Amino acid sequence: MVNATLKSLLSRKLRLVLSGLAVVFGVMAVSGALALTDSLTRSFDALFQTIDSNVDVRVIAAPHVDPNQSGGRVFALPIPAATVDEVAAVPGVKKATGTVAADGARAIGPDGKVISIQGPPRLGVAWRADSSLVDLRQGRGPESADEVAINERLAKLGKFRVGSPIEVLTLQPKRTFTVVGLFGYQGGRDSIGGETTIAFTEPVAQELMIGEPGAYGGIDVTATPGVSQTKLRDDIRAALGGGYKVQTGQEVAAQDSKSLQQFLDIIRNFLLGFAGITLFVGIFLIVNTFSILVAQRTRELALFRALGASRRQVLGSVLIEATVIGLIASTIGILAGFGLAALLRKAFESFGASNLPSPGAGVPLSPIIAGYLVGLFVTAVAALMPALRAAQIPPVAAMRDAATPDKPLTRITIAGAIPTILGAAAVGTALFVDLGDLRLWTLIVGVLLVFIGIAMLTPAVSRPAVSVLGRALTWSIAGKLGRRNSARNPRRTAITAATLMIGIALVTGVSVLGASLKASLDQLTAQDLRAQLIIAGDRTGAVVPTFDPGIIDQAKQIPGVSQALAVYTDFGQIGTTVVPVEAGDLTMLTSTFSLKTKAGQLRTLQSGEIAVDDSFAKSRNLSVGKTIDMATQRGGSQTFTVVGIYKTTPLLPGPVLSVEDGKAGFTSPQPTQGYVTLAGGASADTVQKQVESLLKDNPEVSVRNQADYAQQQASQVNSIQVILYILLALAIVIAILGIVNTLALSILERTRELGLLRAVGLLRSQVAQMVTVESVVISVFGALLGVVVGSALGAAVVRSLRDQGVPVLRFSWGTIGVFLVLAVIVGLMAAIIPAVRAARTDVLRAIAYE
Amino acid sequence: MNAVDHNGTTAVRAVDVWKVYGTTEATRVDALAGVTVDFLRGHFTAIMGPSGSGKSTLMHCLAGLDMVSRGQVWIGDTPVNTLSDRGLTKLRRDQVGFIFQQFNLMPTLSAEENITLPLAIAGRKPDRQWMDRVVKTLGLEDRLKHRPTELSGGQQQKVACARALVPRPEVVFADEPTGNLDSRSGTEVLSFLENSVRDFGQTIVLVTHDPHAAAYADRVIFLADGRIVDEMANPTADRVLERMKPLDAA
Repeated sequence: MVNATLKSLLSRKLRLVLSGLAVVFGVMAVSGALALTDSLTRSFDALFQTIDSNVDVRVIAAPHVDPNQSGGRVFALPIPAATVDEVAAVPGVKKATGTVAADGARAIGPDGKVISIQGPPRLGVAWRADSSLVDLRQGRGPESADEVAINERLAKLGKFRVGSPIEVLTLQPKRTFTVVGLFGYQGGRDSIGGETTIAFTEPVAQELMIGEPGAYGGIDVTATPGVSQTKLRDDIRAALGGGYKVQTGQEVAAQDSKSLQQFLDIIRNFLLGFAGITLFVGIFLIVNTFSILVAQRTRELALFRALGASRRQVLGSVLIEATVIGLIASTIGILAGFGLAALLRKAFESFGASNLPSPGAGVPLSPIIAGYLVGLFVTAVAALMPALRAAQIPPVAAMRDAATPDKPLTRITIAGAIPTILGAAAVGTALFVDLGDLRLWTLIVGVLLVFIGIAMLTPAVSRPAVSVLGRALTWSIAGKLGRRNSARNPRRTAITAATLMIGIALVTGVSVLGASLKASLDQLTAQDLRAQLIIAGDRTGAVVPTFDPGIIDQAKQIPGVSQALAVYTDFGQIGTTVVPVEAGDLTMLTSTFSLKTKAGQLRTLQSGEIAVDDSFAKSRNLSVGKTIDMATQRGGSQTFTVVGIYKTTPLLPGPVLSVEDGKAGFTSPQPTQGYVTLAGGASADTVQKQVESLLKDNPEVSVRNQADYAQQQASQVNSIQVILYILLALAIVIAILGIVNTLALSILERTRELGLLRAVGLLRSQVAQMVTVESVVISVFGALLGVVVGSALGAAVVRSLRDQGVPVLRFSWGTIGVFLVLAVIVGLMAAIIPAVRAARTDVLRAIAYE
Repeated sequence: MNAVDHNGTTAVRAVDVWKVYGTTEATRVDALAGVTVDFLRGHFTAIMGPSGSGKSTLMHCLAGLDMVSRGQVWIGDTPVNTLSDRGLTKLRRDQVGFIFQQFNLMPTLSAEENITLPLAIAGRKPDRQWMDRVVKTLGLEDRLKHRPTELSGGQQQKVACARALVPRPEVVFADEPTGNLDSRSGTEVLSFLENSVRDFGQTIVLVTHDPHAAAYADRVIFLADGRIVDEMANPTADRVLERMKPLDAA
């Protein structure tokens, strides 16, 4: 039996390649993600083992706000110089050195813009001549307050040389320095992990990077010989008491390595997301292929049964076939995954301008195991249903003439209603009930259930839908034949269309969400934003752009300006939850954002006072006069008294503090946004030009009018949309494979008919046309289903965000139209190979074909 | 040899037709070995012969379904050998009707759509009166809206007959049309073919190995080993059977 299975497997190579391809892609992404993570992790670990090898213990101040929850912004809390002496006095300490190294030293490039490196930090450090890590290549270290040394990566990015002036943004407004030295690192590296580094003299670094003269960001300790790292760590921890984080060199290396890898999570999640979608679509593809194969082999399988094979053997033979495909596809996928990982690693190295140490010998096991598990699981699950159906073929079917006609669709329709309803319920629950961490997974499972359910419901609607669709698309006899062909196996057409539906539904959902977000932004800025001009930054890294607060004072003096408001933003922590926080003059905020008072007073706040929106108040059970404890980056935990509650608006996402508390407690004492309101009759254009000239030393921020501001916000939505579209485009490619596969199998099944049609005078070109029509009809049907399902999902998500700043539901008909046109193109592309094959059918052989 | 029949009495003509399979002397098989034959317009001719005699191959070559290795075939005035695939396809569409043993109806089309399929492919409208007459003769009037799966074997073959006749082709080739039918349906189909020759002047070439079927023809051509070995006018089943005996035995 096994032998017979393998033989029939080999005789249908093309179909197996097509059905296995989705598994190959999916497994490739899974293995690639794991292999890349593994290889880079080992390299980073090796790198930091060396770099941090002369640190036995490192002390930093414990952060007040969890950096993992605040967008990866690592803030070095100041450590007083006295603490360094305290550590130095601990027995077993050979040397304790105060260090300064913090993200946020943004150099301005030759084009006048801030040099942007996506991901890695832009470090500002205090120069240490005695550092064994740094390899000075040209010039010398900084000696006076207006001198800096920079690493080679920054020098190359900004075309700086020894003697060049360099403009730098830090916690303070722009300052100009002279480059006096260029340095690299051990092993000829320009950068450790793609970061840029500017080394100031220690007092300057303390002022600009820590924000406190004489304070340090960390203390590096070396132990006297014979003292273990752990013992020294525990001793220092005991000596310093709470408020400090004390780690051994080993722990530091592991943590440094881990923090550099955070951006890896993005790549990994992207790959895993891709894998998930591909494999899900792949399941549909395999189900369909195996169903068709089983249907076509009814007589063969029945013959096995007639010859004495048991049901179990038939079931086994189909499952073995699936397993073999799964094994082959997984193997190819795993190999491709390693290739992909190597490629991405190369790309990363050239991107980060850093030769990473070799990850070491040995092939990691996890990508291989995960690849086989995923690949085999998917194929086995997909083949199970067709295999069960094959096992039910009675031996007498061997004597019957044609394949058994399609079973009635009542059962599958009823069966499809169940996952549809369950899925819709899960989606609804995830969107409208607060499930906490389970929310995303409930949503994903719900959406997948909806897809499965709809795919099962589709056969019932496919015949009428396809007939109507086909009529619109066809006029000739070849078209009519193609249209009839697409209606003859409702299940087959439906599942094939469903593979395309999934991809199209997801992109449609994304487009609805994107269009609604943009429309909501437009509406909000138009209705509620009273400021005509907005000063805001273009983010170029983890550090939020800021500007000189003096600009707001100067803007007030411009004729025609009635009000200028500076807003400070940061993250704060309440209990264990990190929330965005704002600070600004609440009176002005109220008029600028049209805030509506729900309780208390919306007046200019004093230190220690807070205003919150009503959903924040409700979820934390706050009312006017009550207090809340919140930690800010610099300020630590403080108690604030609620003086006002306003209606929730997305323009002001977090609670509001007084300007004093913001300046003192936030990471940067500089504002992140400015809002300029004009007096009646003043020209926005004229004022904008004047504000622009004020901003010439603040290249990270620009002033925009309302329309441009709304557009800039929308462009952020656009770029996220583009990433998602790319991800989902791959699902559509898989769907093309599905259509090709179904058509190829159907054509094989209809060889006789093709022969007859050719005999009675259908031209080759008409045969090709017939196949193409069938393909396009299936594609457009799938796309229409996808548009309907996707619009519904998108609308549900948008509605659930009604109170979170997305009041408008908007469908992007243009985009949806593009998807439908795309479906026609998909249909045409998928038809090429099957149409050529059908047109080449040999008439004589086809007529003689049994 | 002047092959074109200017008197217009020959519907199909084959002159020294060879069909050779295999490329080397050792593997060479002559499926047809120099067949020369005329099929007169308005006549019902049967081609008979044992299995492997080459009767199906001859039909395929005559109908423009297969290419001859040597020799020439004309359908009406058209020399078949010189045509491209496109030309052959159009020739079959416009000049040739087919009736197969397996009926070969399109399952997605109704009986009526099957009947008009060759005309639809050619982009022509059926002659309504003519079609009604054919349909009526075959007794298919109230079956026209049915799909092939809803028809009996005999009815399906009648639909195939109508499909072959309705475009008024130069010649209809029937390849074992009764092979899959019970004897009553078979008789009905053969009678129809016979009558269509008498009443409509249709030229019909019937390929069969059944002497009873061959008896409906005006003339029988006997084929053995790719050659015409005999012919018989006004055949009866008994005479045909008698003539076939030595051929079958060979």
